[in-house]
Amino acid sequence: MAAALQHPGYDPERLLHVAEKMPCRVAQAGTLLSLMGEPAQYSYPSIFVYGHRSTGKSHVISTLLKELELPHATVSCVECVSVRLMFERVLLALFGPDTSSLLPRSPSLSDFVRIYQQQCHQFPANQTRYIVIEKAELLRDMDANILPVLLRLQELVVDNVTVILLSEIVWDRFRPNTGCFEPLLLHFPDYSKGELQQILSQDMHPSYSAELYSAFINILLGVFFSVCRDLRELRHLAALNFYKFCEPLKEGKVKESDTHKLWRNIEPHLKKAMQTVYLREVSSVQWEALQQTEDKESGALKGLSAHAHVELPYYSKFLLIAAYLASYNPARTDRRFFLKHHGKIKKTNFLKKHEKTSNHLLGPKPFPLDRLLAIFYSVVDSRVAPTASVFSQISSLVTLQLLTQLGHDDQLDAPKYKCGVALDFIRAISRTVNFDIVKYLYDFL
Amino acid sequence: MPKRKSEDSHMPMGECISQVQTLLRERLCHQQLPQRPEGVDSQHKHLLELLKRTAAHGESNSVLIIGPRGAGKTMLLRRVLAELLVEDDVQKTLLQVHLNGLLQTDDRIALKEITRQLSLENVVGDKVFGSFAENLAFLLEALKKGDRSSSRPVLFILDEFDLFAHHKNQTLLYNLLDVSQSAQTPVAVVGLTCRLDVLELLEKRVKSRFSHRQIYLLSSLTFPQYLKAVRALLQLPDPGFPDATFRRDWNHSVEALCEDKSVEDVLRRQFNSTKDLRSLHRLLMVCLSRVSVRNPAIKPVDLQDAGRLLSADAKTNVLHGLSILELCLIIAMKHLNDIYDREPFNLQMVYNEFKKFLQRKSHSMYNFDQPVVMKAFEHLQQLEVIRPVDAAASRAQREYQLVRLMLDHSQIMEALQKYPQCPTDVKQWAESSFA
Repeated sequence: MAAALQHPGYDPERLLHVAEKMPCRVAQAGTLLSLMGEPAQYSYPSIFVYGHRSTGKSHVISTLLKELELPHATVSCVECVSVRLMFERVLLALFGPDTSSLLPRSPSLSDFVRIYQQQCHQFPANQTRYIVIEKAELLRDMDANILPVLLRLQELVVDNVTVILLSEIVWDRFRPNTGCFEPLLLHFPDYSKGELQQILSQDMHPSYSAELYSAFINILLGVFFSVCRDLRELRHLAALNFYKFCEPLKEGKVKESDTHKLWRNIEPHLKKAMQTVYLREVSSVQWEALQQTEDKESGALKGLSAHAHVELPYYSKFLLIAAYLASYNPARTDRRFFLKHHGKIKKTNFLKKHEKTSNHLLGPKPFPLDRLLAIFYSVVDSRVAPTASVFSQISSLVTLQLLTQLGHDDQLDAPKYKCGVALDFIRAISRTVNFDIVKYLYDFL
Repeated sequence: MPKRKSEDSHMPMGECISQVQTLLRERLCHQQLPQRPEGVDSQHKHLLELLKRTAAHGESNSVLIIGPRGAGKTMLLRRVLAELLVEDDVQKTLLQVHLNGLLQTDDRIALKEITRQLSLENVVGDKVFGSFAENLAFLLEALKKGDRSSSRPVLFILDEFDLFAHHKNQTLLYNLLDVSQSAQTPVAVVGLTCRLDVLELLEKRVKSRFSHRQIYLLSSLTFPQYLKAVRALLQLPDPGFPDATFRRDWNHSVEALCEDKSVEDVLRRQFNSTKDLRSLHRLLMVCLSRVSVRNPAIKPVDLQDAGRLLSADAKTNVLHGLSILELCLIIAMKHLNDIYDREPFNLQMVYNEFKKFLQRKSHSMYNFDQPVVMKAFEHLQQLEVIRPVDAAASRAQREYQLVRLMLDHSQIMEALQKYPQCPTDVKQWAESSFA
């Protein structure tokens, strides 16, 4: 398979070495290499490489350029807060350290192209120069003319230069209004399950056998593959969970060959990892600490989620509950929920609902302050006076972003709010004050 | 020297291929000037005539070359310039200033660039000018020869002309065109643009100073001419390629290639979607990159592959790499689009639709928590497969933010066909929401 990478312009041994470094990406590297051609030949002015996150775009290109010792500059758009940084890096990498001082304080593209041309004149290229731009989607947020210029840089600086753009996003979403030089598109497909298995199995633990590790990877992929195909994410999860997987082995309870028992042992942990590590709700240090303490606590799977613990004052909780009810119930139903003698309400008519108009699908509706307070007084079990402290609690809920104020801040007489919390959260809150919120929600009647 | 010729007419194969690559890459990538522009004879003649009058007789002129991207505007201009510069006295006197709307983004930068290109930096020194016009007038004044009546003709080439119209007050355009109107210095202003409505962008005072000469480059290529262009692009030149036998073989293979039925289909499809030659270059470049010692000629199958590669739908490719969960969400969105007639939707609605699908199935293979679904949803948003309706509403909770699907139904179905190991029930669900 490694033999597939060959090109007359380059040393075959070196290419073999390159091919070893990129498992499952030799075909893409081959296409890229044949587009690049021999070092002295012209290459297409701009190549746009797209593919999902961690499909090896940057890795393949940087390995190729580095190992084959081609002149290149790699710039990531995330790091370039100003265009100056980008220009500086390109000039630095291509023409040596003293060129970047030639740039004026706030350089324009015109300056960049001028200096590039001067340098080019001094050091004429005998090899194609490459400029690799990572995270190219961020170029769209910079000045409008940067992307079109980069795409036709070869023509503008009259040099043998190729710009390679890397992005996750398809080219269609880049094209400016009046069009531009169209780059050559190259797709990096995602790794298949087998390929992922092969790559992940490479970083096995030295003290365990390769079969064991690949069995572990198999289990891991079984749980996560349907959700996540990001190699980096999977690698992170594998590294975090491997020790847990090996625990029964260390204690001598299970033999290595007994994969079924190992699977039974690890599966709940992986499921939990999906709810926490995968969502970045806990850091890896926290996760490791948790795994150690958990064995002592006889394994009651405690909710790790950050939503579970928010401490609020007593009245604030009720204010939040009232806000939730006001946001998710239609105003016409308030009579039914909060009035003792609400008179006659036709039950059939009342219960006639449309799924389409359910507020739990469409999102919270805004409500005025009066309605919030009215509901608040009827749900809170003691008598509360409308003091400044209640109002200040409302504004602190807004600061905590549990409520959102709509419209401008200067509207003092009739401010409108929207509740900004999810159902699970409000249920957890109402449980702490012994309030059954579901009974008061129109959507769940 | 017949002996010598037979000696170097047999190079090793690798050498030949390398030569071919170098030669053709220069044509396809570097936009080397062709021998003769194809199908633009009248425009060519017109422009040459015009510029000649400025260069030789000191007449001022202004002209716009208008045509879509890749139509050969720059090529035409470069071709004309090359012919113009053949004459000795023109070469001695004519000054060229190349400006590009993409690079010279405001008039100050443009003026600095003009000064530099006319190599007048030392003349200007650190003089302070009151106005733009004064500065430009000074620059042009400086070009005059000892004999005050005759000054050197200057050719201003404004690439991406439409972008200059966005400069403040259009000062540069106003002054350049003003100079070209009044008989001070022989100046020719040539603008290149792809905007057909470019004149609408000009202010009235600027427009009235423009000569209203426009050269349109609207490709009128017919398919036989297009085929001829393909041939011309690929064939090796008679003198200039060292190995005669290889050249003959290569040119024969190019002939054979152009007559092949399947190749003609690919080219016709390309021709019908766009006539511009640059996309043809792209297609041929992909073919050329496959030529190696083992594969010493472009074969019809190479061209077919290249055609497929370039016409592949990028969005379908992206869908191919999504996880099952993300794919399920997209199918749910497709159904929502069907039901609500392409109204925007939010995550909660998508999740609800997805749950309905899960409830119909007894097994709970895809039972995911909402946060996990949320993460998948956000990934889709990052890939710009879905797009928020308005960015201002970002204050709303994430699950209620309204989004739109940026995919076509056919793209989704096509992606599902290609999706590796797609579960049957998901496929059926995609076909109809009641499966």
